[in-house]
Amino acid sequence: MPYMMAGFPDPDSSLAIAEAYAASGADLIELGIPFSDPLADGPTIHAAATTALAAGATMDTAMQVCEAVANRVPVVLMVYANMVLANGGPAEFAARAAAAGAAGAIVPDLPLGEDGEVRNGLSDAGLARVPLLAPTTPGERRGQICAGAQGFVYVVSTVGTTGERAQLPAGLTDLVAAVKAEAEVPVAVGFGIGTPEQAAHVGGIADGVIIGSRLVRAAGEAGSAEAAAAAVGAFLNETRVALAG
Amino acid sequence: MTGTVEERFGPYGGRYVPETLIAALDELTAAWAEAREDEEFRNQLGSLHRDFIGRPTPLYPAERLSERVGNTVYLKREDLAHTGAHKINNAIGQALLTQRMGKPRVIAETGAGQHGVATATACALFGLECVVYMGTEDIRRQAPNVERMRLLGAEVAPVDAGARTLKEAVSAAIRDWVANVETTHYVIGSAVGPAPFPALVRDLQRVIGDEAREQALATEGALPARVIACVGGGSNSIGIFTPFIEDAGVELIGIEAAGEGLDTDRHGASLGAGRTGVLHGSLSSVIADAEGQILEAHSVSAGLDYPGVGPEHAHLRDTGRATYTAVTDVAALAAFAELSRLEGIIPALESAHAIAWLLENGGSSGYDILCLSGRGDKDLAEVLEKTSG
Ligand SMILES: Cc1ncc(COP(=O)(O)O)c(C=O)c1O
Repeated sequence: MPYMMAGFPDPDSSLAIAEAYAASGADLIELGIPFSDPLADGPTIHAAATTALAAGATMDTAMQVCEAVANRVPVVLMVYANMVLANGGPAEFAARAAAAGAAGAIVPDLPLGEDGEVRNGLSDAGLARVPLLAPTTPGERRGQICAGAQGFVYVVSTVGTTGERAQLPAGLTDLVAAVKAEAEVPVAVGFGIGTPEQAAHVGGIADGVIIGSRLVRAAGEAGSAEAAAAAVGAFLNETRVALAG
Repeated sequence: MTGTVEERFGPYGGRYVPETLIAALDELTAAWAEAREDEEFRNQLGSLHRDFIGRPTPLYPAERLSERVGNTVYLKREDLAHTGAHKINNAIGQALLTQRMGKPRVIAETGAGQHGVATATACALFGLECVVYMGTEDIRRQAPNVERMRLLGAEVAPVDAGARTLKEAVSAAIRDWVANVETTHYVIGSAVGPAPFPALVRDLQRVIGDEAREQALATEGALPARVIACVGGGSNSIGIFTPFIEDAGVELIGIEAAGEGLDTDRHGASLGAGRTGVLHGSLSSVIADAEGQILEAHSVSAGLDYPGVGPEHAHLRDTGRATYTAVTDVAALAAFAELSRLEGIIPALESAHAIAWLLENGGSSGYDILCLSGRGDKDLAEVLEKTSG
């Protein structure tokens, strides 16, 4: 389940990257909508959002990327609360996302308890509201999050923001097992997974593996739309082999 | 102080943060609800107010300013608090709470450097590790405060993103907190952020208003006509407003930064020229575009250079209980010089915004109290640069 930032490094490249994700047989694309103040993101994705905005990316840019591939692979939008609440509010956002073919949305700064209006807006438009669950989430709350989950539960692997990590925490296996026991939807793990080996390890314990910063970095380093598409495609193929092995 | 630690003020406030922080915010809410009712904690804080900060700060009858304005004006002298601004009230209280929660490490953000210095001071006092995030533009314009923080044993972590000012420093501090939440307390510097911070910071700053109200009643035997304060994130203003909120006859007036003018895109008037939105964990009034991207604020004073404001102010604005207006860089710089000459008090550039408004709006029906939130020594280099060019 690869992540990408809409409009990064520029709108054309991000379209090429989405095509490459679809072509490499991704199970789902997590499509980030660039925001000025992304609190859940580490340096790589924060910088990508800044670059995308400077290159003129808007909500429309993201919707165009979504529309281009949504008939081949499910797209879940990763969008910060302020962008859902602005511009006509949650219902309007959900309608636009649904029209672009999105399957759901992840709002990383809208935890359980703050999400009523947004969840209703998404549900009314037929979109899944995918919740995040962290290692610091207490047990009782974990149950509540699992009970309300739609699409899948997104387990944050590490106490921290997005970004590649040399080591995944030792407690991850237990955390994922606990979530799987409580959730009726699939359980995916993201944050910090940056090598095919790490992906293979997580693939062994969870239903889905989300790779973000590593792919965003590859896209940023590539230099052209074609090179970006080739770089992310190569990494995904390598990961697919590791996951199968 | 009884009752709950509010999460919402009308529709505003809340906790718009990554899930990772929720447990820590719950812990903080519980710790504060318990500490503020606890006799021992209150005694400790009271002693620190008196012996370390130097409270109560004077309520000073500013005679020459009163003459100039046309009505009696009292200045609440937060500039005389230890470290030179009201920020210490919050920093000492939160550091004491950190110690009580058993966390060894503190992070903070700073714009003008006042909150950074206050937090570094409190951490030195309690022996806590301290990291202060500060935008590189603010490091440039508030150099003396950077040296003070380092001298006090804090690490100053430069933030190079965006406009390199307060907004990015807060974001960097929140990201650090997300990664280190199990060992670290975030001493946020104003009445902003996710719940319980706006209520916590207000509770710690209301000492300004509690003292001022008592001092004023003792001297004047009647309540003031107006209470005036500058508004950045809104902590000195909510601190002085709070005890007067139930006094229906007292006008509460908050002064934001108009920067180069509210008709330009270079200002810091989140309440006067903002829209409802989320910044740094709470729903409030923010300076943003139609898509929801947060825009850069601008003010000559680093402490007002912020595109958000505490959620309780947005609510006080909507209910009409407080009124908010804005003052330009040029007017604030003039007031900075004028108060210095009139009263022998060099105000912080932030506080100079409130003075500037008062200079233009004298003749109140009774007497006024103005929160002189800090002293201006930190601003001298910046003011000289701005007024000599
Ligand atoms: C002296 C002084 N006054 C006012 C402010 C503005 O903050 P607030 O609105 O939280 O009081 C600052 C912030 O740095 C400050 O240093």
